[in-house]
Amino acid sequence: MNSAQLEIQLIASIVAVACAIPGTFLVLRKMAMISDAISHAILPGIVIGFFITQDLNSPVLILLAALTGIITVVLVEYIQKTGLVKEDTAIGLVFPALFSIGVILIAKNANDIHLDVDAVLLGELAFAPFDRLLIGGTDVGPKSLWVVGSILLVTITLLILFFKELKVSTFDKGLAASLGFSPAVIHYGLMSVSSITTVGAFDAVGAILVVALMIAPAASAYLLTTDLKKMLALAISFGIFSAIFGYWVAHWLDASIAGSITTVLGLVFLLVYLFAPTKGIIAVMYREKQQQTEVSLLTFLLHLKNHDEIEERHVNHLYEHINWQKIRAKSVLDLAQKNNMILIENNIVSLTQKGDEFTSKAIDYIMTNEDAQIEDMKADFFLFRG
Amino acid sequence: MKKESKENIKHSSLSDETPTGAGTIAVKVDDLTVAYNYKPVLWDIDLEIPEGVLMAIVGPNGAGKSTLIKSILGILKPIAGSVTIYGKSYEKQRKLVAYVPQKGSVDWDFPTTALDVVMMGTYGSLGWIKRPGQKEKKAALEALEKVGMLAFQGRQISQLSGGQQQRIFLARALVQNASIYFMDEPFQGVDATTEIAIINILKELRKAGKTVIVVHHDLQTVPEYFDWVTFLNVKKIATGPVKDIFNDDNLTKTYGINYKVSIQE
Repeated sequence: MNSAQLEIQLIASIVAVACAIPGTFLVLRKMAMISDAISHAILPGIVIGFFITQDLNSPVLILLAALTGIITVVLVEYIQKTGLVKEDTAIGLVFPALFSIGVILIAKNANDIHLDVDAVLLGELAFAPFDRLLIGGTDVGPKSLWVVGSILLVTITLLILFFKELKVSTFDKGLAASLGFSPAVIHYGLMSVSSITTVGAFDAVGAILVVALMIAPAASAYLLTTDLKKMLALAISFGIFSAIFGYWVAHWLDASIAGSITTVLGLVFLLVYLFAPTKGIIAVMYREKQQQTEVSLLTFLLHLKNHDEIEERHVNHLYEHINWQKIRAKSVLDLAQKNNMILIENNIVSLTQKGDEFTSKAIDYIMTNEDAQIEDMKADFFLFRG
Repeated sequence: MKKESKENIKHSSLSDETPTGAGTIAVKVDDLTVAYNYKPVLWDIDLEIPEGVLMAIVGPNGAGKSTLIKSILGILKPIAGSVTIYGKSYEKQRKLVAYVPQKGSVDWDFPTTALDVVMMGTYGSLGWIKRPGQKEKKAALEALEKVGMLAFQGRQISQLSGGQQQRIFLARALVQNASIYFMDEPFQGVDATTEIAIINILKELRKAGKTVIVVHHDLQTVPEYFDWVTFLNVKKIATGPVKDIFNDDNLTKTYGINYKVSIQE
């Protein structure tokens, strides 16, 4: 691995972390699409900033572009507030308008400036190490590394300082307002950070993929934890992993770095979506299946508890009485027997003491919804888990 | 607050004392008008809430009950009028006030625990930047115990039942240790057990001299739960002691239909 490769991975990782932090809050605030809007709408800001500064990494350009991001958010909210269209429509109206202004500005001046639409949409991480920052003639590393590094530093500082405020205003706007934490200040603060991060990441991964870096790690983390701090940590880890692994995928395939990083992000989400221990699709399906079986079991046990008549409890007639198909009746019978809840004598089924207690407790729980009754059953039965 | 003989408290099951409204004014609303998109939802409201009452705000859907609370708390900006808490603006008296929003106003899938939600009640006294520590955690645990939810402190909030979520919200308000409590429909979607548990806590707060203001829907329980009531339907219809003003006349004025109260003693 040469130093250019190392620098590219470092830049990609820093960008990923800087995106994952505001991204986590955007996902929790159900504002994922606003990052898409910002990433496109800042284009005119970047172009105009470039006209003025002639430098893609200039702080002036970054601030100008971030300002365009804030204008986007304000415009979307203004249109939405009229009550004439919904938020998603407002987003769909605002960002293409701003983006197209940027596209026209580039096209009109394509001969004069070193900026093309492809680079804007997809970024070009591979060239990042060529643009060096020189201080007093000494090479201190690629310019974009310093840019994204500074943005990350600011983001982390703000996160640590205002974590509590971000959390409370994201969870409960009304409470935050009544406690004196202006939700508007926090909202625009988060939007500013998102805009600045987007501009910083723009150069590296482009307008389309920066959205993936903001949303995919946070969405994956959301499925894995119920703790905000862990969600942030996981989102950051997924971001770094995808950045580094994505780089090497691009290296092996000789493909676009940004494209490979995003593909890895998508795969990470897919894996989490399938295999997350509690919220993953497979876990959910398994749980539903178990619950279905257990509901059947309980129905069956209740039937036994309610009927003393021999004909109601004969093995061969069970399915008629509960109106089940034979195969389902058989599997429920097996399950009950395996758990020592029933006793079969001369083909007549009766509840064991354990079965009787289980049924009483379960019914009690279903009727009162009091947890205390079933504390000891929770480990064994999905039916009684949250 | 003056003592009153029990015979005078006709419908109220509240023991000890019923406020007369003669004491200090906790919340004063003057000429308050609030509009959404230039359509007034609250018209020229004048309201004085005496210290130490347990007050219900009743009125039909769209009467502006939640809007009134939110305007008092500075969450919504009125187009006219003013609100004072013990004679000063809300911004200055923030720490005296606790607020329980409607349960449906937050996302219960938010990645956090019951204890953490209750801790949020301490954020106001901490102010910006400062983070909660052991003292705040202890206060939150005590509040959880008061609402009977200590065993659920580590539970992710989506794993709680509706009644349990409401208790968590109540605990979060208790931890603020305020003088005035505003609650937006705390009985919405909770079972009878939780409703009793909540009203008992509210009555305890009142006994401790706190002022409690509740947006309430169930007219049947007003005389049993509350000692003060405000009828609201865009305009203020009436406000005062339940025993004096909770009658068919005011109910009809508020709800617009000929209302018959059938209240069991």
